[in-house]
Amino acid sequence: MPLSPTELAKLLELLAQTQNHELNCEQCLALVAEFAESQLAGQSVAANLQAVQQHLAVCGECREEYEALREALISMRENGPDE
Amino acid sequence: MNRDNATWRQQLAQHDAGALADLRATLMRNLRRGLAGRPRADDSFLEDCAQESLLRVLDKLDQFHGRSQFTTWATALAMRVAFGELRRSRWKDVSLSDLTADDDQAAPDVAGDGAAPDVQLQQRDLAAALLASIQHDLTARQRTALVAELKGMPQDEIARQLGSTRNALYKLTHDARKKLRERLEAAGFTADDLVSDAGK
Repeated sequence: MPLSPTELAKLLELLAQTQNHELNCEQCLALVAEFAESQLAGQSVAANLQAVQQHLAVCGECREEYEALREALISMRENGPDE
Repeated sequence: MNRDNATWRQQLAQHDAGALADLRATLMRNLRRGLAGRPRADDSFLEDCAQESLLRVLDKLDQFHGRSQFTTWATALAMRVAFGELRRSRWKDVSLSDLTADDDQAAPDVAGDGAAPDVQLQQRDLAAALLASIQHDLTARQRTALVAELKGMPQDEIARQLGSTRNALYKLTHDARKKLRERLEAAGFTADDLVSDAGK
């Protein structure tokens, strides 16, 4: 299963971010709405949401979904809820 | 109609037609905003996702604890549904066994252009140690799942082909990452080596 230099670099980055205790994707999903709202409000990351931030750092799929959620919330804030 | 969280919950629990229609419209708008510019995310796709998301929200209603706006929580579920569909359609014909065919691999050159010789040497040693650990310290299942993820296969698709679930798959690859990190640290590479090499 050959890995390209890019894939190896990605794995090293993941290993650097790996923690002994991490949320799984389902646990992240349960908290990501609260995390997104707090981020958009410019609040520092609360202790109970730090695990969400860590999960988003190691899970590309949850990060992609979070970024789309964030885009939707920003657009709603700028254009109003019904536009 | 503006509703507070408690009203959303109450009306949706009763399958109130107005609340269902309003939530469906909200999800449709938010999916359009979040997926703007994505290939294949046309109106038909978004309609299907909004409908599927509505069912998912109703199914998980008792898991909403009011720590965010209800519509933000529902939109997060909708993004999971929509991206899951997009990923599935892109990867459904890719075989896990083809993607992760077992070949020996020499350590690729991961050193950046112009890196100092001692840095290049350290990066080569690190890459070699990492590849050796992938081959010898991980189970075949861990190796397959981790490599497939690195190659971009969606977790839901890997889990489906392994006969597992996304949560179980996450645990599998998390355990694999922990084991690799431990082995590299035991071989003398520090956390800083991983950080600095990943950042180069």
